Amino acid sequence: MNMADIDLTTIWAGIIGFAVFAYVVMDGFDLGIGILFPTFSVGEERDQSMNSIAPVWDGNETWLVLGGGGLFAAFPLAYAIILPATYPLIIAMLLGLVFRGVAFEFRWRDARHRAFWDVAFSLGSVLAAFTQGMTLGAILQGVHVENDAYAGGWLDWLSPFSLLTGAAVVVGYALLGATWLIWKTEGSTQERARRLALPLGVATLVVLGAVSAATPFLTYDYWRRWFAIPGVLLTAQVPLLVAICAVTFFWGLKRGAERLPFMTALGLFFLGFVGLGISIYPYVVPRAVTIWDAAAPPQSQLFMLVGAAVIIPIILAYTGWAYWVFRGKVGTHGYH
Amino acid sequence: MFENLDAVILARAQFAFTVSFHFIFPAFSIGTASYLMVLEGLWLKTGNGVYANLYRYWLKIFAIAFGMGVVSGVVMSYQFGTNWSVFSTKAGPVIGPLMAYEVLTAFFLEAGFLGVMLFGMNKVGKRLHFFATCMVALGTLISATWIISVNSWMQTPAGYAINEKGQFVPAGSWLPIIFNPSFPYRLVHTVIGAYLTTAMVVGAVGAWHLLRDRANLGARKMFSMAMWMAALLTPIQIFVGDAHGLNTLEHQPAKVLAMEGHYEPSPNGASLILFGLPSNETAEVHYKLEVPQLGSLILKHDPNAPLPGLSDFPRDQWPPVPIVFWSFRIMVGLGFAMLGLGLWSLLARWRGALYDWSWLHRASIALGPSGFVAVLAGWVTTEVGRQPFTVYGLLRTSESHSPLDAAAVATSLIAFIVVYFSAFGAGTYYMLRMMAKPPQAGEPEPPKIPQRAAGITPAAAVATSTERKA
Repeated sequence: MNMADIDLTTIWAGIIGFAVFAYVVMDGFDLGIGILFPTFSVGEERDQSMNSIAPVWDGNETWLVLGGGGLFAAFPLAYAIILPATYPLIIAMLLGLVFRGVAFEFRWRDARHRAFWDVAFSLGSVLAAFTQGMTLGAILQGVHVENDAYAGGWLDWLSPFSLLTGAAVVVGYALLGATWLIWKTEGSTQERARRLALPLGVATLVVLGAVSAATPFLTYDYWRRWFAIPGVLLTAQVPLLVAICAVTFFWGLKRGAERLPFMTALGLFFLGFVGLGISIYPYVVPRAVTIWDAAAPPQSQLFMLVGAAVIIPIILAYTGWAYWVFRGKVGTHGYH
Repeated sequence: MFENLDAVILARAQFAFTVSFHFIFPAFSIGTASYLMVLEGLWLKTGNGVYANLYRYWLKIFAIAFGMGVVSGVVMSYQFGTNWSVFSTKAGPVIGPLMAYEVLTAFFLEAGFLGVMLFGMNKVGKRLHFFATCMVALGTLISATWIISVNSWMQTPAGYAINEKGQFVPAGSWLPIIFNPSFPYRLVHTVIGAYLTTAMVVGAVGAWHLLRDRANLGARKMFSMAMWMAALLTPIQIFVGDAHGLNTLEHQPAKVLAMEGHYEPSPNGASLILFGLPSNETAEVHYKLEVPQLGSLILKHDPNAPLPGLSDFPRDQWPPVPIVFWSFRIMVGLGFAMLGLGLWSLLARWRGALYDWSWLHRASIALGPSGFVAVLAGWVTTEVGRQPFTVYGLLRTSESHSPLDAAAVATSLIAFIVVYFSAFGAGTYYMLRMMAKPPQAGEPEPPKIPQRAAGITPAAAVATSTERKA
């Protein structure tokens, strides 16, 4: 293995990491709105919060396809191990996404069954978020690999730890949803979102703390990555930044800021993501398969890199434009 | 129900189910996106309000179909890994990048501009909105191009080498992989198929409303446009299909022989079997009705040209002939029915009676779903005809699946069936209900435009429209 493929493979790990994070950032808040949906009153509050994501949810979900498709293309072995290992979770997530995705259109088309599609939207969102979190936990706790294939049973993913990570993602997405609504709505919807954001912020910090505390005890390797000298000097910055982010979040919420809570909530997610990177890198299946083991040959990765380098900036540009077209508060006074 | 089935059969059933259900939506939305582009373009060019009305009418229906296409498509991007992990590991280095390009160049383009297309009519200028419509339409076509390239590579693999891990890897240039031998034929055939599917639906909706009100301008316009498509595209489609068949005969002869039902070689020219009951067990077609020499005339353009038979191939390389034989006939039969409709409409047009011949309208309604059936039958022909391989001639289906318990696959298959039928069944019902309403002058935009002011919230708009109906 020469330097060239190491570079390519690392770059691709970065691109996929970026796609997954972009997915979490974007679909996180719209799944979060689905999770919180039952707490909104029927009528204006629900319609407003739905409208705040209707023009963008489809693009948001495309990052999940890029994450999955990119993994397939750049790290086919990882794709072929992780998906069978977390099979029921992935299937449940996909079915949850089906229900919530169709609800965007259906609830407007069928006033008589709107209550039903609202439940579908909400349950689908909870299911998708919970299974995404559990999948993360299942990967972190380790997957049984033999001869480059998944060799465990079909319920290996189920553990107290994966249940914890599942709950953590549900709570975290709900926080993103609430803070997004603080930004994008006004009136009673915004007030309700504001009231929800405080306990959700506390809960997110609790679950983030719990997952972070549990992870190093899963195996010695995670412990060493986080607490060995001198690495601890660097890794200790992560909890420190989390603390700064959290304080800013509560301060912003108290002061009545509209954008700051969402931005700081994203900051918490970003730091959680960096923490995951510290725990996992350079493995893609922890302790079993590194990114280099799983990598597609350099000519495949290079071919895609040329496209990705050109196209991803263009995607970000027109996605940004689409968000800009629908900027401002939704619903009550129209866009400015 | 599933006791006697192994994980491979179940995984195949699941993939067949999810991909068939999925493809129904793109088959319609590829054509509809282009149709919307034409409508909006004509509106901008002529300023004729009927085009704007039709645009809004079909946009609402398109939104539902597209949404269902997206969510069922997300499922597909994970089905390769969940159920076909060995195939994914082995073929990933070749087909994975093509699918990644599909995501990058098509899915984001469609999704990014869809929001503006659906909700941005009053937020951006007319020209910019038209641009968004064009980008969505372009996205559907780019998407078709990449995924057909992937599928065609599985049918006619080219440009690959096999590495020490047993993976297919690019041998050098990517061009022979992307432009593999069956790709151009399959792409053109699929896209025209999607256009015809849309034309059949649009024609049927127009005809339905013409039967009630011959003066409805929107119904007249859509029926006329759809019948032009039927008249012009079906002959091209039949020609392209024939060329595609010749290409298949060259690269996948066993598939063509299964389509034709030829178990035995025909050294003096093959007949064309119109109907019959093929059986792989006895290797013959029972009760067959055939036209001598016509098979060779079609496939070789020479009535006496010899054709091989399936018996020239090892038994373990035969596809399941009865399925391929019948799905092919369904597709071809419907194609000729569409041709008949197109010719009939030309006659009606020539006689100045396009909006008056109620039997033409009834026939058009009857053929409304024919595009979907034909498209699915065509896919069954080509996919089942590829069996018993996932990568034709190189990787067997029985060696491609994930190491999963049959119970896991069976459970998820049942879950997919329940969810798809309920969710997509409801969506189809909503689309049909919208199609049942005649296009009106001043067709409202989708009722959930986010910038709507307080007081006329979307809920109120929906409530009003329900009342109007009642």
